[in-house]
Amino acid sequence: MTLDLALFLVLALVAVASALGMLLSRNAVYAALYLVLNFVTVAVFYLLLGAPFIAMAQVTVYAGAIMVLFLFVIMLLGSDALPKSQVLPWQKPLAIVMSVLLAAEAAYLLVTKAKPAGDVLPPAELVNTTENLRQLGNALFTDYLLPFEVVSILLLVAMVGAIVLTKKEKGAR
Amino acid sequence: MIPVDYYIILSAILFTIGVLGVLIRRNALIIFMSIELMLNAANLAIVAFGSVIQNFSGQIFVFFVIAVAAAEVAVGLALIVEIFRTKKTIDVDQMSSMKG
Repeated sequence: MTLDLALFLVLALVAVASALGMLLSRNAVYAALYLVLNFVTVAVFYLLLGAPFIAMAQVTVYAGAIMVLFLFVIMLLGSDALPKSQVLPWQKPLAIVMSVLLAAEAAYLLVTKAKPAGDVLPPAELVNTTENLRQLGNALFTDYLLPFEVVSILLLVAMVGAIVLTKKEKGAR
Repeated sequence: MIPVDYYIILSAILFTIGVLGVLIRRNALIIFMSIELMLNAANLAIVAFGSVIQNFSGQIFVFFVIAVAAAEVAVGLALIVEIFRTKKTIDVDQMSSMKG
């Protein structure tokens, strides 16, 4: 067993455990913190896969900006614990059975049918960080310039939309 | 030298945990977090496949997915705050009427 594989298995365990912690914790703040841990482990996976820029973007955007926004809203609403009243008692076991089926199907089909030509990933030490950044920036501002500009407009619209939605109307209420 | 299958299986497991969160939790914020988890699982699969075929397109698409997820979170959380103001709850079982 190589060091890469051992690192992968430990990180995978942390990722799945933190995702389950997010799923099962009753307190929404704990769920958000578990999700931050999960995002950071996924960022380390990106480093292992030779994508340092995406790893850093993951940490700053997901673990930083998005989860801070989540924590702000959780604390703003202050109703992190809901009363336990199950409307449909059969719904939870049915959901678990169907999710396990979905995971088995997805893993089976992706592994057997969607396999790319190269089966084994290149070792991460072959990836030059500066070179990766240079090529990524080059592609982003030449081949993908139009999607990049569209995404900037999308972010602007989302910002305006969030402000308009949460603004109190004058005179109402 | 990690086979790409391992990443794909991990991605499928994380995606399924996200689906399970959407199905069994009733807190709107936790459901939203589960959606983020699903987006992350899909991103992991994209980067893994892109790394195998030695192509930058995968990383660029993941970059766009992250940007769209940020926009989605801003609008979605604004909606949840607005729903909480009118209904005084974030339990999705209580949000069964279209009129506020």
